[in-house]
Amino acid sequence: MNLHQIIVDSVTESATNVFATMLGGELGPGTDSVTQEPPETTDGVVSFIGIAGTWIGTGSIICSSAMACAVCSQLLMTEASAVNEDVLDAVAELTNMIIGGVKTDLENRLGPLGLSIPTVVFGRNFRTRSVGSTEWIVVRFPWNGEELAVKVSLAPNDKAVHTIHHPHTQSCTVDV
Amino acid sequence: MESDVLVVDDSAAIRKILQRVLRQTGMAIRTIHEAGDGQEALTLLGANRVDLVLTDINMPNMDGLQLLASLKGCAEWRDIPVVMITTEGGETKVAEAVKLGAAGYVRKPFTADQIKEKLAGILEPALPL
Repeated sequence: MNLHQIIVDSVTESATNVFATMLGGELGPGTDSVTQEPPETTDGVVSFIGIAGTWIGTGSIICSSAMACAVCSQLLMTEASAVNEDVLDAVAELTNMIIGGVKTDLENRLGPLGLSIPTVVFGRNFRTRSVGSTEWIVVRFPWNGEELAVKVSLAPNDKAVHTIHHPHTQSCTVDV
Repeated sequence: MESDVLVVDDSAAIRKILQRVLRQTGMAIRTIHEAGDGQEALTLLGANRVDLVLTDINMPNMDGLQLLASLKGCAEWRDIPVVMITTEGGETKVAEAVKLGAAGYVRKPFTADQIKEKLAGILEPALPL
């Protein structure tokens, strides 16, 4: 299985698990794609978490303000009709749990990874950009008439020697 | 006897969720204190009686493992049970927490039942009305 499919499967499992466990609802089936920078102009809420270790990159979640409010209402059991501190906290934690699940899964294959603390951005008509040539794997999930996009950009840390762990065999070490 | 619980997490969302879940467990809980990191938790512990600590691992200033080590290294606090609640699924951090004396470990995302199960042997159930 290639890394693209591994990440798509990992994102799908983690996002589905988080929504079923913490929000009491099912995400619709995800559709995946690959995009290059620069991304589309955004309205709504974007959350980022840095990934660092044997591989480096970023995990991101993008949704509309309406979906962010709905996530907050479900997660915190408090009505949210506009983006406020509670909504931004809820989206940050959603990102932490989904990308945290992806990170835990990928560590079994790619070696140790660490996560930064999430950053959440809210606004209208804004763009985000990662420095360098970045390819994003995007998985889009429908949820209650809205859409949740989970994006992951990951590349080998070219200064590192990577240990790849195979679940049922001995570990092996490769230079990349 | 009713217990006082300290919830330590840099996420305000998780602190709110745990407040709600703890109230739903049916355990005899009097007060739930909140702290945003390990340093804040130690300050709170210095001023309040606490019977149980639920703490995240990854936090700024002082993380959950450092907090756990501080508690277990202090004669006054070493008997307070500490349950780790975190997105960290790596065996290394789990093993480190257990080695330091954690009473249990719950992974996010969690259900109310998972929290209740973990606390069953630590807190007393509330008396029926």
